[in-house]
Amino acid sequence: MTGVLPITLEESTKIVQALLYSGKEYVCVMKLHGEASEKRVTEVLKEFEDTIYQRPPLRASVKRQLRTRKIYYIDFLEMEGRNVLFKVGCEGGTYIRKLCYDVGEILGCGAHMQELRRTRAGPFVENGNIVTLQDVAYWFMEWQQQKDDAIIKKLIQPMENALALIPKIYIRDSAVDAICHGANLTAPGVLSLETGINENSLIAFFTLKGEAVALARAACSTDDIMQMEHGIVAKTERVLMPRGTYPKAWKSGET
Amino acid sequence: MHMPRSIAPWEIARKILVKSEGKANFRYGRKPEERTAEEYMRYGVINLDKPAGPTSHEVAAWVKRILKLQQVGHGGTLEA
Repeated sequence: MTGVLPITLEESTKIVQALLYSGKEYVCVMKLHGEASEKRVTEVLKEFEDTIYQRPPLRASVKRQLRTRKIYYIDFLEMEGRNVLFKVGCEGGTYIRKLCYDVGEILGCGAHMQELRRTRAGPFVENGNIVTLQDVAYWFMEWQQQKDDAIIKKLIQPMENALALIPKIYIRDSAVDAICHGANLTAPGVLSLETGINENSLIAFFTLKGEAVALARAACSTDDIMQMEHGIVAKTERVLMPRGTYPKAWKSGET
Repeated sequence: MHMPRSIAPWEIARKILVKSEGKANFRYGRKPEERTAEEYMRYGVINLDKPAGPTSHEVAAWVKRILKLQQVGHGGTLEA
C-alpha cells in the first residue's frame, strides 16, 4: 500500500483541481550509497526545508522545465545503517525521488529513494476513514444487498470534506441559486467568511447547512470583504451544486 | 542562514468572521451527512489506500468499475 489517494466520484470530480494543489505529506525510506553520520543527515535534510528547484524526471508526463516547489517541513525520523526514514510535507508535484537524489549529492555519498508512502493529500490523512480497494468492492456489494445507507457512508465521504483546507465564504440561501447559474458573489450575499482570503485565492462558497455551492476566485481580501457593501467579492469558477436545489430568489433581466 | 519555513496548508488556523446575520431555511438543501447513499456516490470522495503497483489512473478506473460510475478522478499521482 502506498497511502492516501483521494478518489473523486462523479460530480465531485470538479474539485480534483483543488486537491492537486493542496499539499502532500510522505514518509520515505532513503538509501544512502555510503557512510554518513546521523547528525549530518539530519542537517542536510533540514537544508531542503525551503523552496527547492526540480526538473521533472525523463519519464514524467509533464514538460521538463525547471520548476520550484515548497518543502514545508522535513523531519528526520530514524536511521538504521544506510537506511534513513524521514517525513516530508511539500507542495503537490514535488518529486521525492529527485529530493532523495539531491540529498545524496549534498551528503556526498549519493542516495536513492527506497520506499515511499503518502500520509496526507490535502485534508485527507491516514485515519479511520481510509479504505482499500477490497473494502470498496466488499462494502458496495453489502450495500446493494442490505440497502443500508450507513454502509456507503463508511466508505464514501461528502465532497465537502475534500474542501476542508480551502477558505470559505458562507452565503445567504437567497444567493445560492444565482451562483448555481454561474453568477458571481456580491457583498450582500455574504453571511460570514474565513480569515486569510487574499485577492485571487481559490475559495469555496458554502451554505449555512455546510453544503458546497461552488469553487471561486476571490476578488479581494477577507478584510476588504468585511467592509464592502456592494460589488463583486468573488468570481464563480466551478459550480458544484445542481441548479434548483435552492429556490430562485433573483430576477432575470427582462422583468 | 535558514529562512523561516513556509506553513503547510493544513497548519493554517482560520477563524470565521460574521459579516451579516442570516438563518438557514430548512425547506431547501440538506446537511451533507443527511444525503442518501445515491447522493454520496454522486457528490462524494473516497480516501483510498492506494495499492503498490498499478498507477493512480488505473486504481481510479477500478473504483469506477466497482461502483458502476460514469466519472471518477484522483487527487494526484504519487510523485516519485
